[in-house]
Amino acid sequence: MVGFRPVRAQFGGAKKLLRYLDGLQLAVDNLGMGKPNDLVQGTLDLLILKTVAPQPMHGWAIGKRIQQISGEVLQVQQGSLYPALHRLEQQGWITAEWAESETGRQAKFYSLTAPGRAQLEKETANWGRLSAAINLIVSEA
Amino acid sequence: MRWPGQLRMGIRMLFERGRQGSRLDEELGYHIERQTAENMAAGMSAKEARFAALRSFGNPALVREQARATWSWGWLESLWRDVRYGVRALGRTPGFAAIAILVMALGIGANVALFTVVRSVLLKPLPFRDPGRLVSLYEHSNDDTFAFNAVSGGMFAEWLKQNHSFSDMAIMGDEGFNLAGAGEQLPEKIQGSNCSWNLLQTLGVQPALGRSFTAADDQHSANGTVLMSWSLWKRRFGGDRAILNQPVYLNGQPYTVIGILPAWFAYPDGKTQLWTPIYHDKPATFMAGVDMHSFAVVGRLRPGVTMSQGVADLSVITHRVHDEHLDNASVSKAANIMPLLESMVGEITRPLYVLLAATCCVLLIACLNVANLLIARAAARRRELAIRSALGGSRWRLLRERLMESFLLSAAGGAAGLVLAFGAVEWLVRTRLDISRVEAIHIDGAVAAFTAGIVVVCALFAGFISSLSTQDAHLLAWLQDSSRGASAGQGRARLRMTLLAAEVGLTVVLLTSAGLLLKSYAHLRSSELGCTTHNVLTMRLDLFGKRYNDPAQLANFYAALLARVRTLPGVNAAGFVQAVPGQGYWGDNGFTIVEHPPLPAGQAQYAIDRFADPGYFATMGIPLLRGRSFDPSKRVERANEAVISKSFVDQYFPGEDPIGKHLSVMGHSMTIVGVAGDTRYAPSEKPKPMQYFHLYSGFLNNGSLVIRSSHDVEQLALPVQRVVAELDHQLPVSDVLTMDQLLGKSTLDASFNATLLLGFAVLSLMLAGVGLFGVLSYIVAQRTSEIGIRIALGAPREQVMGKVLLDGLRPALSGLVFGLAASAAIVRLIRSMLYETQPLDPAVFGAVVATLLLVAALACVLPAWRALRVDPMQALRTE
Repeated sequence: MVGFRPVRAQFGGAKKLLRYLDGLQLAVDNLGMGKPNDLVQGTLDLLILKTVAPQPMHGWAIGKRIQQISGEVLQVQQGSLYPALHRLEQQGWITAEWAESETGRQAKFYSLTAPGRAQLEKETANWGRLSAAINLIVSEA
Repeated sequence: MRWPGQLRMGIRMLFERGRQGSRLDEELGYHIERQTAENMAAGMSAKEARFAALRSFGNPALVREQARATWSWGWLESLWRDVRYGVRALGRTPGFAAIAILVMALGIGANVALFTVVRSVLLKPLPFRDPGRLVSLYEHSNDDTFAFNAVSGGMFAEWLKQNHSFSDMAIMGDEGFNLAGAGEQLPEKIQGSNCSWNLLQTLGVQPALGRSFTAADDQHSANGTVLMSWSLWKRRFGGDRAILNQPVYLNGQPYTVIGILPAWFAYPDGKTQLWTPIYHDKPATFMAGVDMHSFAVVGRLRPGVTMSQGVADLSVITHRVHDEHLDNASVSKAANIMPLLESMVGEITRPLYVLLAATCCVLLIACLNVANLLIARAAARRRELAIRSALGGSRWRLLRERLMESFLLSAAGGAAGLVLAFGAVEWLVRTRLDISRVEAIHIDGAVAAFTAGIVVVCALFAGFISSLSTQDAHLLAWLQDSSRGASAGQGRARLRMTLLAAEVGLTVVLLTSAGLLLKSYAHLRSSELGCTTHNVLTMRLDLFGKRYNDPAQLANFYAALLARVRTLPGVNAAGFVQAVPGQGYWGDNGFTIVEHPPLPAGQAQYAIDRFADPGYFATMGIPLLRGRSFDPSKRVERANEAVISKSFVDQYFPGEDPIGKHLSVMGHSMTIVGVAGDTRYAPSEKPKPMQYFHLYSGFLNNGSLVIRSSHDVEQLALPVQRVVAELDHQLPVSDVLTMDQLLGKSTLDASFNATLLLGFAVLSLMLAGVGLFGVLSYIVAQRTSEIGIRIALGAPREQVMGKVLLDGLRPALSGLVFGLAASAAIVRLIRSMLYETQPLDPAVFGAVVATLLLVAALACVLPAWRALRVDPMQALRTE
């Protein structure tokens, strides 16, 4: 199960093209099979939390927004997005509400809870430290 | 603080699972819809746009499953799926399921019922305050015949005065009461207890209504007071509080009802319904005697005092009293002690544990049988299992299914077993009123928990044992096996053979124990009581009230009663006695023989007392070996005659003619006029010396009326009761029983134990037989083609059949050997329950061996016969 991958990689082998992502190289070898790697999953969680932080959003919009903000680099697979949303909801970081969407149909809107906001801050700080560390190593080589 | 959110989620996921599922579908549908809309905005046609959206979405079913997998309670969902799968799998073979459930239900039901009884009777502490410190106190008789002898009133008084170890001590004695209300209500015989005023205080119990006794009530000069049981108050007085402080008539005397005891109170036993103060009821001289051992004593140890310290304290006091009465050999030298609970349930302890052990054996056999059935099932499904295994079904997954099936069978069996146990306990409480604390037997939460525990243990046991048969190494072989008609490996049947041997072994143990108890019971019932028991009716009378206070009036009443009963049509003979043979010990008395030299100091001789009318011996068919019976014309002081039993003569008049000699009993001198045959006071006890006194001396005011007829003696019960009522309509008649019924009651526990154990043994035998039959049939079916080939190659059919028979009999034989060895060791445990039967009785062991071989042979015959009938061509073609 692949967490997320670059848009340009859509027709190529997921494993090879993921190497474009500097920060995720550690995770690559574990992506072939089985459960998603902690690092990848943690990163996706962080992206979702960050995305729904300003206002409630439904699943489709979350995916779209991550794609846009990342400059079309990150495209979240539905197979990862929805399980991640449900997991975060089960864990109490985000909460969901059914409301009328911009098209006039009922959609499930996710928003950050107070514990989720604290979690987001923690995760952001972690990510900063991690990516800085990885960058140090990668640029050194 | 995210737990409130998580909790809310948890609850929602548990109770709205279906709704959440459809919401998830909606959510995913919305996503696809938006993607389609976007694609259309980018210029695709409607059809193309939707197709592209679906393609980019991937597999919706997979996404749904992955999202669902993150929900809480996933384990519950998969458990539920396993349950449904298991139910469906069992439902496909309803016959198998029904048999397995029935077997489990019997095993679990018997266990739960016995556990309920053991727990309620033996394990639960007595419902009194701090029951661990309550003890029963006894005298230790000087001749060591009675280590736990009843206590005399005088000794109790000394204990009470001098001891330092007990914070409280109470004395009590059984007493029958004729209860009548103030009006003209029918009298009724009620079992009661005389007790010292502090009995309830010693036990730490308060009456539910009214007050307890005070020291002032417990004096000969006080007005009569009585405490009543809850059930008697409800039944006889309709639960009316107005009865408090009102008089009732006990044995014709007025007693004021001062209190009602709580509904749960049952002491000294469940039959006791009335309590009266003992020093008010009994003459002071009787209560002061140190040699009349008539009472039970209960004490409460002071904190920090052990039982051995307590009994040492009392023994010192007892010895001091003994030294003051050196001339009286009936005064004890030592005391004895026992926890109160043990004194109440001691007799029933071993039989109950033996029965519990038997039910455990039955349950084990049931589990082995279900395991065996599961193995057979797995063998039938081995291709399916092999394929699933080959396709990557994990071992755990397959084991989990097996366990789930075994669990479903056990759980259904447990539920049915609990119902069975309810019925069994109800029945037991009704039939075994003689068990002390029987009123405390209830199925409660702990029993339900025990049942659940048994279900889980059985499920794991049967599931794991049966899964021993599916080993990975075999799986491939199974695929190959079934591809061509090779004979199935025998290895798979080996496990089943081992299980069968274990079943047979356990069955042998049960059969042997049941056989021994049955033989013992048969001995007990056929033991020579020394009198006729056929067509004899007995009923008890208690004569209280003013008109029976005068010995002459009492004697005349007996004479008149017997004369009228004897004239009734159908009555062949009638008599009256203190207690008929088999009705119990009642009491004894010391005596001296006037013509013999005085006994050395400190020596005593005593014999069982029986007051009887002149016609008693003839009525009961007790032979008069020498001399004659009592003179019917003598009354009161002149009726100073005695008849002694044969063992009395053997022991105290060796080589002498006792006729005409004189006995001195409690200051009265009696002439011995006859010698009667020996009788037993209990079926299991050897005859003891007995001294009969003349009923018309007017001494005795209670006893049994006995009537003998030539046929249908029970029909005489009503006419005789009518005669009694004509003489005194205030006189209650109780315990109307034929001799056979009376003896059945006194041997009830022996027959109960033997019958139950036999039932368990027969059940096990059936299970083992069915198991043997099943396994052998399976082997024959598996080897049909092999047998076909053998026969085609010219093997004699007899030889083939012999081989099959041997296959079946081998586990039976090894089980038999193992079972006999185990029985030889185990039967020692029931030695104390046997009467005139040796634990290693060869007849019983022989019968068990024969029965078992017969059943095993029967179970093997049909499969062997089938092997004999195999048509080689047919057998080779079927594959």
